[in-house]
Amino acid sequence: MSDADPESAAAGFARIAAGRLAEARWTLAAAAVAIAGVTFAAGGSWLVAIAAIAAVACVAALTEATAVRSPIDRLSALRLAAAVSDPLVVFDRSATVVQANPAAEAVFGSLRGVDLRLRFRAPEMQELIRQTLDDATHPAPVDYVERAPIERLFRVAASPVGDGTGLFVLVFRDQSEARRIDRMRADFIANASHELRTPLASIAGFIETLRGPARNDPKAQARFLEIMQAQTERMARLIDDLLSLSRLEMKPLAAPGQSADLVEVIAGVADTLTHLAAEAGVVVERNLPAEPVLAAGSRDELTQVFENLLENAIKYGRSGGRVVVSVARAPAQAAGGRPQVEASVRDFGPGISEEHIPRVTERFYRVDAESSRAQKGTGLGLAIVKHILTRYGGRLSIASQPGHGAAFTVHLPAA
Amino acid sequence: MHIVRSFDEDLKYLSGRIAAMGGLAERMVEESVSALVHADETLARKVVADDLLLDIAEREIDEKAIGIIARRQPLADDLREIIGAIRISADLERVGDLAKNNAKRVVAITAAQQPVRVVRGLEALAELALGQLKDVLDVYATRAVSTLASVRERDAQIDAVYTSLFRELLASMMEDARNITPCTHLLFCAKNLERIGDHATNVAETIYYAATAEQLPERSRQDKSHSVTLDVAAR
Repeated sequence: MSDADPESAAAGFARIAAGRLAEARWTLAAAAVAIAGVTFAAGGSWLVAIAAIAAVACVAALTEATAVRSPIDRLSALRLAAAVSDPLVVFDRSATVVQANPAAEAVFGSLRGVDLRLRFRAPEMQELIRQTLDDATHPAPVDYVERAPIERLFRVAASPVGDGTGLFVLVFRDQSEARRIDRMRADFIANASHELRTPLASIAGFIETLRGPARNDPKAQARFLEIMQAQTERMARLIDDLLSLSRLEMKPLAAPGQSADLVEVIAGVADTLTHLAAEAGVVVERNLPAEPVLAAGSRDELTQVFENLLENAIKYGRSGGRVVVSVARAPAQAAGGRPQVEASVRDFGPGISEEHIPRVTERFYRVDAESSRAQKGTGLGLAIVKHILTRYGGRLSIASQPGHGAAFTVHLPAA
Repeated sequence: MHIVRSFDEDLKYLSGRIAAMGGLAERMVEESVSALVHADETLARKVVADDLLLDIAEREIDEKAIGIIARRQPLADDLREIIGAIRISADLERVGDLAKNNAKRVVAITAAQQPVRVVRGLEALAELALGQLKDVLDVYATRAVSTLASVRERDAQIDAVYTSLFRELLASMMEDARNITPCTHLLFCAKNLERIGDHATNVAETIYYAATAEQLPERSRQDKSHSVTLDVAAR
């Protein structure tokens, strides 16, 4: 643009000048009236008045020539806020939210017009907001935990925006990862030490027996070694599952917009478990629609969900002889929520009695410790399922009638 | 919007105080459960001390609300809003009491070996009750009362987990008489958490009524712990 020909440069200048005159039109009109008035009152010549007005207009058209508006001047604060990936909330003197950027709405839901003090009730946040409104200085940042749907920790800083705008901003910096790593370490150690103690004790006991009473009994030795092997395998599985759960908990809230075809996922899972089903003498019936049914969630994680559910159904519902997997779009929502899809895995085994149903998704909760151990369960499968579904705004519902089997239904937002 | 500006300010003051109370009550419940799980006596003592703040806040809200009614003689939705504030603050004060009661039991419970499985169950129960409290208080902020319908469902879930824990605690007491002391305390803790969920539901009902002048749709009760018995001979 530096070599622009003079003609277009002149045209450009004319445009800029016209723009400036248009911008300053009210001031100019007022100046014109004032000059005319003064001239008239002083009995001066109208020519002088016109000259004065023309001079003012010329100045208005030229003065801003130095302040060329660059893109940064034209950038609206809203667009800048939208580009920031941390939640950012602008509020006024009454603590009412004036504007929340998309990142904030994604974490905290709709905030516009909401009184901040009502939404962020933690005592530290109340204090932070109070300090910001009171002295309009920069109070020290505080930590804030938003619990649902997935726990997130933020370092929140507050400050006034500009000079005398009467606006303030809260900036939330996500610190969840550091916290999750800490939490994961603590949880892993607590769970692992507790759950590994039992198989370890059993192995230690057998070693003692092998070295003592069973020293000269090859038959008992063979049996004990077999049990010990089973126990070590169980420990290995336990560590795998614990790691898998910890990894899931480490992950930040899923990026929105991921989707997978439930029909494809479930058919794939049923295929991989054909062998297990045949071994258990269970027939897996597929009640799947022909067309794809898209749900929120990553393919890999949803595969993990249905692997867990189908494996459970095959293992624990073995006596029923069959398992039915089905996928359907949920009937229209009554509460006006997002459309949902449902996928269920139903077995015809002994079922789960009522008192256990609300608790089977707790870690290490076992309906029957003996049968779980016999089925090589770790007590983590459903905890993993629940965690994945929560991440995608879904949930697991369980219905069972003892003696008639159990149905595990996954509800996910449609994509 | 009211013509008398300070009336709006009065209402805003009330809702601000309620939210602060809610935040403190949420924190107390959280900390009482954490104190229990981690056998943290210092934290438990803090919860007990914090309860005083809630009591003070409740009294203040009552006085302010009565003052507003006397001075302004509000009608219709304003009146419902103010009466609602009185009721919500009473519910939140109770939530604080229940958290305090749980905190007081920490020493008795953690003195003995506590059954890990029950403590996990208690954590799950606390998570549900806290989720309920948070969602309800968030609605108080956003006034999106249409989302309150799910409150009933969660209340049913809380009751179901409570009933399951109740059963488990009875079983654990029968197994070994030495468990009776910690398990009895844990039973009260579970009951307290279940009550916290109920108070959250009450708050939801109050908010719904204040906003719509109608009652939040009912749902049948799910708490079956009153009919749980364990057959000693069968075990």
